[in-house]
Amino acid sequence: MSTPTSLGGSGKEPVGVVGIGQTKHVSARRDVSMAGLVREAAVRALADAELGWADIDAVVIGKAPDFFEGVMMPELYLADALGAVGKPMLRVHTAGSVGGSTALVAANLVAARVHRTVLTLAFEKQSESNAMWGLSLPVPFQQPLLAGAGGFFAPHVRAYMHRTSAPDHIGALVAYKDRRNALKNPYAHLHEEDITLEKVRSSPMLWDPIRYSETCPSSDGACAMVLTDRAGAAHAPRPAAWVHGGAMRSEPTLFAGKDAVSPRAGRDCAADVYRQAGIGEPRREIDAVEMYVPFSWYEPMWLENLGFAKEGEGWKMTESGATELDGELPVNPSGGVLSTNPIGASGMLRFAEAALQVRGAAGAHQVPGARRALGHAYGGGSQFFAMWLVADEPPTG
Amino acid sequence: MNAAPSHKVLSAPLVVEFPFTRSLGPVQSAFLTGLRERTVLGVKASDGRTLVPPTEYDPVTAEELRDLVEVGRTGTVTTWSWNDRPRRGQPLRHPFAWVLVRLDGADTALLHALDAPEGPQAVNTGMRVRIRWAEHRSGAITDIACFEPDDSVPSTHRAQPHPGEFADPVTGIVAEARLDYTYTPGRAQTRYLDALTTRRTLGERCPRCHKVYVPPRGACPTCGVPTGEQVEVGPRGTVTTFCVVNIKAKGLDIEVPYVYAHIALDGAGLALHGRIAGIPYDQVRMGLRVEPVWTEGGRYPDHYRPTGEPDADYETYKELL
Repeated sequence: MSTPTSLGGSGKEPVGVVGIGQTKHVSARRDVSMAGLVREAAVRALADAELGWADIDAVVIGKAPDFFEGVMMPELYLADALGAVGKPMLRVHTAGSVGGSTALVAANLVAARVHRTVLTLAFEKQSESNAMWGLSLPVPFQQPLLAGAGGFFAPHVRAYMHRTSAPDHIGALVAYKDRRNALKNPYAHLHEEDITLEKVRSSPMLWDPIRYSETCPSSDGACAMVLTDRAGAAHAPRPAAWVHGGAMRSEPTLFAGKDAVSPRAGRDCAADVYRQAGIGEPRREIDAVEMYVPFSWYEPMWLENLGFAKEGEGWKMTESGATELDGELPVNPSGGVLSTNPIGASGMLRFAEAALQVRGAAGAHQVPGARRALGHAYGGGSQFFAMWLVADEPPTG
Repeated sequence: MNAAPSHKVLSAPLVVEFPFTRSLGPVQSAFLTGLRERTVLGVKASDGRTLVPPTEYDPVTAEELRDLVEVGRTGTVTTWSWNDRPRRGQPLRHPFAWVLVRLDGADTALLHALDAPEGPQAVNTGMRVRIRWAEHRSGAITDIACFEPDDSVPSTHRAQPHPGEFADPVTGIVAEARLDYTYTPGRAQTRYLDALTTRRTLGERCPRCHKVYVPPRGACPTCGVPTGEQVEVGPRGTVTTFCVVNIKAKGLDIEVPYVYAHIALDGAGLALHGRIAGIPYDQVRMGLRVEPVWTEGGRYPDHYRPTGEPDADYETYKELL
């Protein structure tokens, strides 16, 4: 394993998030090109930071695999739209976790004092792509996958339920909560005004044990952030979210001994972030979590994987209401991936929403007094993990 | 495709083909709709240059560009390359030149094809060319069928402002993408596939952690060492977890509902994926003991069915989910 990166540790430049922008996520943005879509998020992030294109030293962009939209290396043609001409521009590529990894690459460039102010952005135009095709090419000689994306993850959900004796209704609770939270987030894709728990529970069973209402939508959207150093943050018009820890881990999709319910890469990644941020008791010390939950049951699964609940007790935490917006540890106040899923941007949305919480800028889905928040992303077959912990004060030391 | 002898590594063509849709946004919409109307539009950049094809954002200042202008239909070749063997989907079927053409009134060049029946000796940088319009135009770059030689003198044509507004504008296009690969599964998978032709499942054991990989990948992903020792596993196994699929997956001709399961074959270090049948779908359970059912000519078992043995204890397969 490589030497862990350490954001917020001594000797590193403190990194502040001073600008956040996102598009209103919808199923199809037919009015804009890909360039127009990313531009919209970037312009909003710059406006939030009250900066212009000339203030940006480098651009770090992420999206899901090229196959999704069929544009090879889209970052090349997006350079004009992102003011990247004549500047370093990097593309990050870690499947569904890419939005998180992209933000971390940008943060590390500032922490290492390579650049002072970096624009980072992630996007997906799912309406112009075919995720299913991109994910399951008919490879010669290989047995075709017998189920779609949900079918791939559903057996892991069943394994979790079996392992923890979780009752059947937990998944529906998560979906009902996240869809209600989304109603408070004007940028969320799904705004199901008439959502009820009964509607979730009676929605069609797609890949038993996963119901339709427990799956994420397919969205067009982009998210952008401006990250800067201590001096940059001092000039920012609004409070910064400070990065106290950030880490990535990966592991193969399939190997003997893989724990798909609670992957080691996820546990190790969280432990590294907490170590960097000096967090000893995550459940007590963290005020809000934006975690990557594309299927509702992943909330209790990740609660355990990320150390918020003991093994086997994540579902109890969800059932108790602790993860509700007014609970002890609100999870996905924004409505999460279950309400908005422009795949490449989904991870960055988690990171950005965590930052909005500690900046006190989350609007109607603000967790009152949130001072520390975790942003989490995963991708591939529970293969890539990326997380950051942000706080309202700069790191000390 | 029949399996090759064991000393020969398998390979097969893999064609990836898909029609992608593209939303154009205001500038590309005007440009492509213009081509449909035999009008070539560029855009004025912040430094006064006319960019053809137009871009949505200024390459120097990053500002939004919206001042459209109309340029000429004749131009000058700024550089070129001869294409001796056109491939499918290219503008002309016979040999032609790829050219960059700076249209009269433009400051940048457009990539297209030049029809030069007399061959590469008739093509040179600086030559004058004109647009040959396609007979049927739909609002696509192919509305310009190609360029052809022109005897006009270099023109002093100046770009004229254009509102970029047309009746029934094109707002999206479909871009056909196709990639041709030759796929080879490698030596380990070839050995595995060879054994499957005799309905035997051969895994490979890691010399370090002793786990048996099925299908083998040629190396242990945990220890990072090659695997070589072949080990026959199965044919029976245990359903370690599963889901009931209620929606038809595209391209799969299986009646729903059906059970998609992780199956740990006896002796294997991890589960593989398969379909369970021969039992009502709602009676499938974790721990169910199953065996493969083959159909004539199948590369893989068609599905797995219950053996009738007592269910396996969770402790025996809890690390094989």
